Amino acid sequence: MSTNTPARNTKVMNRFDLTSRLVAKLKHEEAVVGGIGNTNFDLWAAGHRPQNFYMLGSMGLAFPIALGVALAQPKRRVFALEGDGSLLMQMGCLSTIATQAPKNLTMIVMDNGVYQITGAQPTPAAAVADIVAIAQGSGLANSAWAADEEDFERLVDQSLTSTVPTLIAVRIDDKPGTGQTRRDPVQIRERFMLGLGVRQAL
Amino acid sequence: MAAAAAQTSAQAWHDVALQGLKRNDIRLVPYVPDRVLTTLIKNLHADPFFTTFPTAREEEAVGIVSGAWMAGLRGAVLMQTSGFATLANVLASLAIPYQIPLIMLVSERGTLGEFNYGQSLVCRTMRPVLNSLAMEHHTCTRLDEFEFIVDRSIKQAITTQAPVALILSPLLTANRTIEK
Repeated sequence: MSTNTPARNTKVMNRFDLTSRLVAKLKHEEAVVGGIGNTNFDLWAAGHRPQNFYMLGSMGLAFPIALGVALAQPKRRVFALEGDGSLLMQMGCLSTIATQAPKNLTMIVMDNGVYQITGAQPTPAAAVADIVAIAQGSGLANSAWAADEEDFERLVDQSLTSTVPTLIAVRIDDKPGTGQTRRDPVQIRERFMLGLGVRQAL
Repeated sequence: MAAAAAQTSAQAWHDVALQGLKRNDIRLVPYVPDRVLTTLIKNLHADPFFTTFPTAREEEAVGIVSGAWMAGLRGAVLMQTSGFATLANVLASLAIPYQIPLIMLVSERGTLGEFNYGQSLVCRTMRPVLNSLAMEHHTCTRLDEFEFIVDRSIKQAITTQAPVALILSPLLTANRTIEK
């Protein structure tokens, strides 16, 4: 199904492996917003941190939620993990983010071309669209495909000192998530606020 | 007292809304525009206290203020009735279960002189959705009550960590003169 345009001629990687590589780099209480389904299951499985926010619905809102965090705390690095199917639901947010241009925001798109969690049906974009080209066309000039795991880590490191928001797209396999997030929205939100220094524990 | 009342009656509804947001430290105001909201949006942009910008969808704006609130910055979302109709999923999966004090100002189209049948139909879905989710909402019709409703509703949303919708009726926002 996948196209072999030069832009997407990159290694097919694994979501859990990439998420683990990202989490291993986090040393400064960076915020991480995990999109619905497998994206946040793998974030959970990579090791729970108080600065992680796990979505349990609202498909497509990982980047908008992360934009809100990034605007509220401009000194904190904010990562957002989103699936390609989710991003297709809310593509307009790319332009909103490009206009607001928070330099502390790094967006990662896990692109497997399928709705893995509902039975791996191909997305309408899978065979024709290029997410990095869409992001660039939306005004996010600092958008790139990661060629392999090392390139992914390099792009993540580079984003830390970027003066504009960063989008990193990765081609991933069709494996399901590892583990499952505990579905307790109030506790997730409260822990996140504690982790961001907004709340003190009772 | 009389002077204060006179000052209030001289204020337009959009001044009352802006001051109410400011008094409660609501600094982030993403919106999808509506003609009725034009002056309020213009004044929000003109005031450096506020960070205000358009989003492509109302849902997106809800995501943004939810993230911002969790990170310590208060926000509110502006939209029109048809925009509210796109929000059932995000209200039920983000704002309510995560207990986020989402503050919405919804300019009410579809009633009291609507010319577009589609707008009048979608307007009828708004209160049933709000009621089915047991959400706090008020229909604002009178300028003399508006400051009280705005101020108290924002404070209640924040202290109870629950969303609120303030529906801005044409009775509040439109020129009430009858064209003959």
